[in-house]
Amino acid sequence: MAARIPRVPVREQDPEIRAKNFKEVCLGYSDEEALLEAKRCLNCKKPACMTACPVSVKIPFFIAQVAAGNFAEAAKIIAIDSSLPAICGRVCPQECQCEGSCVMGVKGEPVAIGKLERFVADWSRENNVKFLEKKPFNGKKVAVVGSGPGGLACASDLAKLGYGVTIFEVLHKPGGVLTYGIPEFRLPKDTVVAAEIENVKALGVKIETNVVVGRTITIDDMFDKEGFDAVFIGSGAGLPKFMDIPGENLNGVVSANEFLTRSNLMKAYKEGSRTPIYVGNKVCVVGGGNVAMDAARTALRLGAEVTVVYRRTEKELPARAEEVHHAKEEGIQFRLLTNPVEIVGNEKGWVTGIKCEQMELGEPDASGRRSPVAVPDSHFTIDTDVVIMALGTSPNPLIAQTTPGLERNRKGGIVANEDGVTSREGVFAGGDAVTGAATVILAMGAGKRAAAAIDEYLKNKK
Amino acid sequence: MYRIVRKETLTPIITLMEVEAPRLACAAQPGQFLIVRADEEGERIPLTICDYNREKGTVTIVTQAVGASSKEICALEEGGSFADVAGPLGQPSEFISLPDEELKTMSFVFIAGGLGTAPVYPQAKYFHERGAKVDVIIGAKNADMLILEEEMAKVCDNLHICTDDGSKGYKGLVTAKLEELMAAGAGYTQAVAIGPMIMMKFVTMSAKKFNLPLVVSLNTLMVDGTGMCGACRVTVAGKVRFACVEGPEFNAYDVDFDEAMRRQAMYRTIEVEADHKCKIGRGK
Repeated sequence: MAARIPRVPVREQDPEIRAKNFKEVCLGYSDEEALLEAKRCLNCKKPACMTACPVSVKIPFFIAQVAAGNFAEAAKIIAIDSSLPAICGRVCPQECQCEGSCVMGVKGEPVAIGKLERFVADWSRENNVKFLEKKPFNGKKVAVVGSGPGGLACASDLAKLGYGVTIFEVLHKPGGVLTYGIPEFRLPKDTVVAAEIENVKALGVKIETNVVVGRTITIDDMFDKEGFDAVFIGSGAGLPKFMDIPGENLNGVVSANEFLTRSNLMKAYKEGSRTPIYVGNKVCVVGGGNVAMDAARTALRLGAEVTVVYRRTEKELPARAEEVHHAKEEGIQFRLLTNPVEIVGNEKGWVTGIKCEQMELGEPDASGRRSPVAVPDSHFTIDTDVVIMALGTSPNPLIAQTTPGLERNRKGGIVANEDGVTSREGVFAGGDAVTGAATVILAMGAGKRAAAAIDEYLKNKK
Repeated sequence: MYRIVRKETLTPIITLMEVEAPRLACAAQPGQFLIVRADEEGERIPLTICDYNREKGTVTIVTQAVGASSKEICALEEGGSFADVAGPLGQPSEFISLPDEELKTMSFVFIAGGLGTAPVYPQAKYFHERGAKVDVIIGAKNADMLILEEEMAKVCDNLHICTDDGSKGYKGLVTAKLEELMAAGAGYTQAVAIGPMIMMKFVTMSAKKFNLPLVVSLNTLMVDGTGMCGACRVTVAGKVRFACVEGPEFNAYDVDFDEAMRRQAMYRTIEVEADHKCKIGRGK
């Protein structure tokens, strides 16, 4: 019977309207819609969705509670494994995790697990249902570097276990990429991000902002001067990458990190913000990941005509399918199989265009993706006022440089195993600081595993 | 948090503030900078560290009121506070890694332009205390625009004041003074220039005539100041470097100043130079 109900579509702002505002695109399920969608779940004995979730949320169990109308109970089940469900429900790449493994997806459409998680999280926030059960303080202190998804997940698990946890955040606002990177229209800052951070703080986690770990205090200071028993480094990705092509330092070329930080953290998209942002009339975004989509859709909302330039085909776009779909609906142009070779400018040093070459797909590379190869004599120029480089990041070397004995890999990331164990005793690490740029949920998974490993380490340590 | 314990008006538009930031004060080294936000809606503004007092847990900053954000900073009162102060940021001066014995053999000349006098102060003090010979050239539009003259005099061997109009000290540019001193056999072994980008560019040309090693401190645009945004990128020796984490100090002879000046003007919010009609490089 379940199979006969089609996947319940989620309501969204109309593309033409939302292209001009920063309000959330997805409007989420109503109670009735959530109940109906939850009934599609087959409650598999061996739930593949749970295995595919980096934090192993007990998916069929919470969905069964939604189907029964017990939303608070559903929230309680999610809270066991995830401290940021309203965030994950919005930004996880469900199509390659839980939903990608859903049996319902074999012949039809998978259960909308992400949208149901979001529904439950939003419902519990709006109805003020909180889960603050924690063990009494056990006398041990843990420092967490970075208040992004990895740090928050690690901190909340440790706080629940009775540890005294302090998060050190370098920026003036907590949240890491949730605050500076992901735009308001995809992840509302006040209603969702701030609220979930408040829940982490309600567990007793302290957050100190404006602390540059490696400069204001070092990892060694945390042990020697500030009395911490263990440290988790979740400092995130670091320095934005550029292409190393001519013209990249022209005025009008910015990294996606800069563009998004101006808009999200500094609120430059709002009238009256004191931080400037420049879009001109035409914007080219180079790259095909989620960050590229976020930058493109932000530029569009700021009034520009936006083109995404990507060197492979649509199939290889690393962004979530939903982001690409939304971007297209909103009117963003995609120039695929297109590789920039030079940025051209005027006599005043401002960008006027981006010179590209046409690509075609060649043989698969080591990662299994077919690598693009340039078509000879295929150069052309796209006129643009601004170029946003969304090519990923390389790790910020600051912490590794200032922490003797902390091993780094060839790419500059901190070397850590699955449990976050590094080459320094008592120092754990996870998320982008270890793996390089990845996703919110993978960082959360790493933070949770490290929390378990820190608990194990401190229990056994005399 | 970040309480302003002392405020002093140095000139009608330049304000000195001593601010509580204990961890920052303990960690600060000459050559580094910090970032402040005046209030909850404020822009992140990078400022050089003018002094630090580890016992009191305070840092001293000097701000010139030119743009909206720097005017807001200058309008804060003694007893009030900043919403945020983060740092220290950037690499300390490379010379602080030298042993004192080696510093004693060195003869520094610091060339400070306008507000650049503030970040020169902790460096001059540091090296002077450790036995290096330290001369300082301060350039200002006129006597009224001169800052930290008395303080600087205490931490150097010779202080040379240059004003555009001759209202104090030498009438002329810091570049002319530097060349005059070098030609007279001052024998400096290391120069450090901090000031407006255009001044540093021309000091580089002057120093080159004497093969005088020169370090400059670049006041580029920044948003986060921690390496995340890349707004501060500069071309140094043909390579793109991030001034916030790899600088702010670089070998002057490797810096592409023209590009740096153009990039600095991108949002037309130059905080330092807007009010100062600098004549370096225009006259001759």
